[in-house]
This record gives sequence, structure tokens and C-alpha cells, in this order.
Amino acid sequence: MTDASINASMTREEDASFGDYFALLKPRVMSLVVFTAFVGLMAAPMGVHPVVGFAAILFIAIGGGASGALNMWWDADIDQVMKRTKSRPIPAGKVDKGEALSLGLALSGMSVIMLALATNVFAGAFLAFTIFFYVVVYTMWLKRATPQNIVIGGAAGAFPPVIGWIAATGSMSIEPWLMFALTFLWTPPHFWALALFMRNDYDMADVPMLTVTHGRRSTRKHILVYTVILAIFALATAFTGVGGPIYLAVALVLNALFLKGAVQIWRRDEDICEMDNFKVERTFFKLSLLYLFLHFGAILMEALLKPYGLGGW
Amino acid sequence: MSLRKEHEIHSRRRGRNVGVGLLLAGFVVLVLALTMVKVTSAGFTFPEFEGTE
Repeated sequence: MTDASINASMTREEDASFGDYFALLKPRVMSLVVFTAFVGLMAAPMGVHPVVGFAAILFIAIGGGASGALNMWWDADIDQVMKRTKSRPIPAGKVDKGEALSLGLALSGMSVIMLALATNVFAGAFLAFTIFFYVVVYTMWLKRATPQNIVIGGAAGAFPPVIGWIAATGSMSIEPWLMFALTFLWTPPHFWALALFMRNDYDMADVPMLTVTHGRRSTRKHILVYTVILAIFALATAFTGVGGPIYLAVALVLNALFLKGAVQIWRRDEDICEMDNFKVERTFFKLSLLYLFLHFGAILMEALLKPYGLGGW
Repeated sequence: MSLRKEHEIHSRRRGRNVGVGLLLAGFVVLVLALTMVKVTSAGFTFPEFEGTE
């Protein structure tokens, strides 16, 4: 073996790049956190100084990233098995589990303290609760114990707009909880659609996904039921302080499309799905990404137009 | 086979160090900006310490 080959094998294991550590923070999830927290902050009735607003979003994003690193630390064993996750930094051998744990803990503490100092203690405490909920309640406790794991995990992902709102106002009201409901109720149909066409992944990792424990027929029913409840909440939000005509128009179109997709999924059987390689499920999954982005985008639009007398009712 | 002067490990380490350095510098600037915003805001009062009137 040459010096170079020895080094090549050692460096892969011992020297991660900056990007590998960044990947521990789940950047794609972080982008959702940033966007929804920003909308929560902007939709709040009290404005904040741009520097404080920027700091608030940054620390909420870092807190979200920290919980992602802690999730990867705990789930390294199942990440190694699933095709979707086996290229993550720990299973790929780029970062040690201990490093992910240290980074996650350090960034959690830093983000909570800095958010409390930059905005208010209530916002900091709520961010701490969100990290605890995602890491301990979801990742450590319920993810491997119940097929409702996605529902519970969805709650953690739904908190950022509430934190954004609290960061701006220092108090709570009904509107941020409607934004919470949007993400919370959107998460199960989004992930169950994914589980329908990525089925072998969850089977192999022994994660009690609804498709595995209750069967695929039941999962299709669950998707429909959650989509109906989601549509009710999404449309109701239009008539609150964060809604308005733009939001209502967007919600009407998207919920009609989403409901149509959910009904199609519910009516399909496995043979047809195999034949067209889960075309409807894949389309529904892609639509779900647009669904959440455009709902929050519409809330943001209403908030931005309000100072000009155009947003809201 | 001799080791090259500039091995891939060196460039990777440099990239990591530059990244951490930039993040720390950004953090310092952010804390400074936050401090300026807080102390120049309308409702700001200096905290009272023991021995001060």
C-alpha cells in the first residue's frame, strides 16, 4: 500500500469538509424552517427591526439545524440501511457520531440563548421546546415505536412560524397556530405519499411506517382523511387576521388539486400503481411541496401588502 | 511514492478553517449589530448596578 492510498483512506474517515458538517444540519429541512419562520415573523401584527428579524430567523434556523444533527446522531443505524439516507455524513463515514452529537448540542444551546437575547425569553424557550420535541419525543421515543410517527414529527416541523410570531410579538394568539396546523396536517399526506413509492426503504430499516404496520390500503385512506382535514383548516385560515383574498384564491385552487390527488390515491390499487410506477403518488408528492410553499407565500403576500391597504380583508 | 506537498487533506482542512473563521466573524458582526440596535432603541435604559444612583 502506498503512502497516498493510506492517506486517502484515512482522510475520508478523519477529515470531514465544511460541507459535511453543514449537511448534518439538514439544509433542505432548514430552508422550510427559515421560510415558515420568516412568514410567521412577517405576518405578526408588531414589526421588528430588520437586524433583530434577521437574527431571529437565523437562530431559529440554527436551532432547527441542530435538531437535525441530533436526529442524524441518534438515527445513524437506520440511515445506513435506507437508500434515501445512506449518503448522509455519518453513514457515509465522513463524520463521527460523536461529532454530530457535539455539534447538535452546541448549536442547540447557542441558538436558544441567542434567540432569547435577540428577541425575548418566550421565543427562546419555545425554540428549546421544539428541539426537545423533535429530538427526544419524536426521534428517540416515538419514531420507532408508533406508525403515527410522521404525525408527531410533523408537529416539530410545524413550530417555526409560531416561534417567528412569538419572536416578533412576545405573545401568543390563534393565527400562528393556524399556520402550525397547515404544516402539521400537511406532513402526514406528504410523507405517506413518499412511503407509498419508496416502500422498501422503510421496510428494510424496520421503521413502523403506516404502510408497513397497517398496510397500503389503510395508508391511502389516511392520506385522504388528513387531506380533507387539512383543506378545512387551510380554507378557514383565509378568514383570519393572516388571510385575505389572495390567500383565499390560492387556497381554493391548491386544496381542490390536493383533494383531487388524495381521492385518486385512495381509489387506486397496487397493480395499477406498479404498472405506471406510482405516477399519481409521485405527482401528489411534488404537488405537496408546492402546496405548502404557496400557502405560506400567500400569507406573506397578504402581510407585505397590508401597509399599502391591500392585504387582508 | 512520495507525498505531495499539497495533499487533498490540506485543502480540505483549509476550506474548513476558512469556513469556521468566516462564521465566527459573521457572528461577531451580528452581535455588534444587535447591540447597536438594542442600545439605540427608544425603550432602552441602562441597567442599574449596585453602588450606582
